[in-house]
Amino acid sequence: MVDQVLSDVVVLDFTQDLAGSFCTKMLADYGAEVIKVERPGTGDRTRRYGPFPNDDPDPEKSGLFLFLNTNKKSITLDLKTDIGSRIAKDLAKDAQIVVESFRPGVMERFGLGHAELEKINPNLVMTSISTFGQTGPYRDFKATDIVLFALGGPMYVAGEPDGGPVKYAFGVVPIHLGYVAAGATLAGLWTAEEQGVGQQIDFSLMEALQSDANFQLAHHTIYQYVHEIPPREITGFGMIPFGNYPCKDGWVFALILQADFPILVERLMGMPELMERFPNVYDSSRKDEFDSVFINWLIEHTKDELIEMAGPMGLNIAPLNNMEDVYSNKHFNERGVFTEIDSPLAGKFKYPGRPFLNDDMPWSVERPAPRLGEHNVEILCDRLGYSKQELVRMRQMGVV
Amino acid sequence: MNKLSLEGIRVIDMSIVWALPWTGAMLGEMGAEVIRVESLHYAPRIVRHGGLPRPAKEFLPFLGTLGKGYPDLEPGEKPWNRYAMFNALHRSKLSMTADVTMPKGLEIFYKLVEVSDVFIENNAPGVMEKMGITWEKIHEVNPKMVYVRSSGYGFSGPYRDYSGFGMTLESVAGHSALRWYDNQNMFHQSHSYLADASAGAAALYAVLLGLRRRRKTGEGTMVEIGLSENFISHLAYYAMDYAMNGRLHDAIGNRDLWAVQGCYMCKGVRPEPGAVKTTGEDHWVVITINNNEEWNGLRRAMGDPAWAGDDKFADQLSRMKNHDELDKLIEAWTSRHDKYEVMHLLQNEDVPAGAVLNSEDVLNDPHLKERGWAVELKHPEAGTHKYAGPVWKMTRTPGRVFPAPCMGQDNEYVYKKILGVSDEEYQQLIDEEHIGDSWIGV
Repeated sequence: MVDQVLSDVVVLDFTQDLAGSFCTKMLADYGAEVIKVERPGTGDRTRRYGPFPNDDPDPEKSGLFLFLNTNKKSITLDLKTDIGSRIAKDLAKDAQIVVESFRPGVMERFGLGHAELEKINPNLVMTSISTFGQTGPYRDFKATDIVLFALGGPMYVAGEPDGGPVKYAFGVVPIHLGYVAAGATLAGLWTAEEQGVGQQIDFSLMEALQSDANFQLAHHTIYQYVHEIPPREITGFGMIPFGNYPCKDGWVFALILQADFPILVERLMGMPELMERFPNVYDSSRKDEFDSVFINWLIEHTKDELIEMAGPMGLNIAPLNNMEDVYSNKHFNERGVFTEIDSPLAGKFKYPGRPFLNDDMPWSVERPAPRLGEHNVEILCDRLGYSKQELVRMRQMGVV
Repeated sequence: MNKLSLEGIRVIDMSIVWALPWTGAMLGEMGAEVIRVESLHYAPRIVRHGGLPRPAKEFLPFLGTLGKGYPDLEPGEKPWNRYAMFNALHRSKLSMTADVTMPKGLEIFYKLVEVSDVFIENNAPGVMEKMGITWEKIHEVNPKMVYVRSSGYGFSGPYRDYSGFGMTLESVAGHSALRWYDNQNMFHQSHSYLADASAGAAALYAVLLGLRRRRKTGEGTMVEIGLSENFISHLAYYAMDYAMNGRLHDAIGNRDLWAVQGCYMCKGVRPEPGAVKTTGEDHWVVITINNNEEWNGLRRAMGDPAWAGDDKFADQLSRMKNHDELDKLIEAWTSRHDKYEVMHLLQNEDVPAGAVLNSEDVLNDPHLKERGWAVELKHPEAGTHKYAGPVWKMTRTPGRVFPAPCMGQDNEYVYKKILGVSDEEYQQLIDEEHIGDSWIGV
C-alpha cells in the first residue's frame, strides 16, 4: 500500500452519476477509504450508461462506472429500511466525510440528514451535491446534462450566432463540477481538522457553473458594465484567424493574437508579402480573403505537423483531436497520462489517469472499481460485527 | 462566531488569464489572504486588459466581448482597474506591486515567500525561471511552501514549450471536435474556457491536498498541472468507448446518446421600457425525454395535441427514430411560449427542462436571487455591480466576497505590515518603480 495524503480518511459515499462519483473518485485516488453505498439489485445509474466492451451491456462492465469508481469499496443498502438507515449511520459515525448527491430532502427522509448525522459525529463534513442546491424555487427540478448546461450559463453563448445554442460533449460539465466539489470537500476537511468545525456544504452544480472561470463569470460582469447581453460569438479579432480550419488530414483550431500576425505569415507560412497585402489586422471585411490564403497553405500540412511547427513559435494552432489521436498522442504518452487498469470482469483497458504531477502526493489505483456489493462482508461483518447469518437475513429482507 | 475556513493561510497569486485566477478567488472567498504580485512595467495579456492595455474609447467596438468590458464603455484614466474580466475573476484578493525582473523586486518576492503558505501561478514554462523564481529557491527560503503551477502542456514532454490557450488545449484533449452541431460544417468555433476552469479546479484541489500533507508532515511541495491533459478525464465516456471498442464519436449537437433531447426556440420577450438592449427573439429552452413517463408529462404540458398520439412516437425507440420530425413538432409548441413558461410547465410534470439563460436572465433569475448567489459590491473605480458570491455554500464557515483590487492598492499593508519595510525604504521603492498604482511604459 502506498502512503497517500488521504490514507487516514474514511468517506461514506452516497453519490451516483457523474459529478458526485468524480468528487469521491478524487478522494479515493489520493488514498481515502471511500465506501460507496449502492441500491441493492441495481446500484449506481452509471452502471447502465456504458460504454460496454463489445457493446454487451453488463452492470459490472460499464466504462463510465469503472472510470468513476476506481479505488472505492461498494456495499449495498436499502436506505428506506430501518436497518439500512441504521447501518449507514453506524458507518457515518467513523467517517470524516459524507458525500451525497440525492435530490434535496432525500437524505433527511432516510434519517441521514446533516442534523441527524452531526449528533453522532459533530466534526463530520457532509458535502451535498445537487443540481440546484438544497433550497430555492428550482430545488426539486429534474435535471439532465443539457438542463444543467442551459441554466448554468455556458450554453447561451455556445454555438453560431444564427445557429442556436449548442451543448458541450456528454459528461464534461458534471465531471468538471465534481472536481470543484472535491476541492470544496477538502476545504471542509481542513476546517474540521484545523478548527474542529464540522458542517454541511451545499454544493449547487448550477451555481458553481455560473461562478466558474469559463467565460460566463466575466460575461455577467461585462453585461452590467456595457449594458449589452454578451452574444454567441465565433469571431476573434478583425481578420486574424479564429476558428477551425481544414488541413491535410483533418481540422485544426487557430487562435492568433493581433501581435502574432507577423509571426504567422512571415515565420510559419513563409509568406512575408502578406504583410503588405493585409496591412490592417482589424479589417474583418478581408477575413474571407485571408482565410482562403491560409487554408491553401494549411491543406499542405497534417495536423500534427502544424502543432509541431506553430507550437514552438508561440502560435495557437492545434489539431481537433479525436480519441484515437488523444490516445496515440506522443506528448500525452510521454507524460504518462493514461493508466492501464485490469478489472476482473470487464478486462484490461487504458483509462484517463492522474490529474496532475507530484511525487510527494502519489495518485494511485490500488484496486479497480468494485462489483456491486463486493465489500458487504468486509464492511458489514468484519467491521460492524454483523454475523454471516445476519447478512443472509438482511439479504433475504432486501436490505442488502 | 466561527473563523473563516482558510483564515491564517497566505497565498501569493501570480496567475494569469482564466485558470488559476479562479483558484485564487476561491481561496480568498474561504478566508485566505490572497496577494496578487503585479508589475508596473509589464501588462500580461488577458489579465487587466483584453488585448490593448490602454484602449482608446473609439477602439472598444473592435475588441470583442471580452476586450470591450469597461463600465459604460469608458476605459477611464486607469483602465486596468476598470476591466470587467479582471474585476469578475480576481474578487476577494489584495494587490501589491513589485518588479520581480529586478534584483530588488525578486528580493521582495522571496521575503513574501518566507511568510506565505501557498504560491499559485500559470505562466508559460520558463517565464518564472527567467525571472529567477524557481521551486528550488522557494523551497530553500520556505520549506513549508505549497507551490501549484500550471501550463498548457505541463513542464515536460515534447509539447512543453508550446503556447496554448484554453481553446487550443481543449482541441488537443479531444473536446472541440465533439461540441458542435455536427461534423459536416466545422468551420466555426465559439468560445469555451472549460479546460481553463477545470485547471482552476485542479489547482484548488492540489492546494488543499498540499496543505493537508503539510499539516501531517510539515513539508511543502510543488504540484504541476498540464491544462490539456487534465481535461482528458472529463471526456471519460468517449475515452472509455475508444479504449474498450475503438469507437470514435461524432459531434451530435444537442442530441443525447440515449434520450430524446433538444434545444428549442421560444417566444421572444419584449424588453420592458427603459430596460437595457435585449437579444430579441434569441430565446431557447432545452428538454430531455428519457422515458414514457416524461413523454406523457410533455404531452400533458402541451395540452395533449393529436399528433402526439401517433404510433411513431409511441415508445422511446420510435421517438428516437423519428427525432427530426418530433423536434419540429415540439418547437412549434415551444415557440408560442416564453422559455421560463415552458420550463415551469414541463417541470411541473416532472420533465427535465431548462431555460437557456443569458447574462441578463442570470442576474434576474428568481432561484439564484432567493439563494443569494450574486453579491452587490462597490468597486472604488468601477462602481457598484453584482458579482458571483462564494462558489458553494459552507453552512458554518460561509466565506466572504470583496471587490477585485485596484493595482497596488494594498502596497502599504503588504510592505509595511507584512514585510516590515521602513518608511524610507518604502519611498525608495516608489522611486525605483516597484511600488505604484499605474503601469509605467505600458
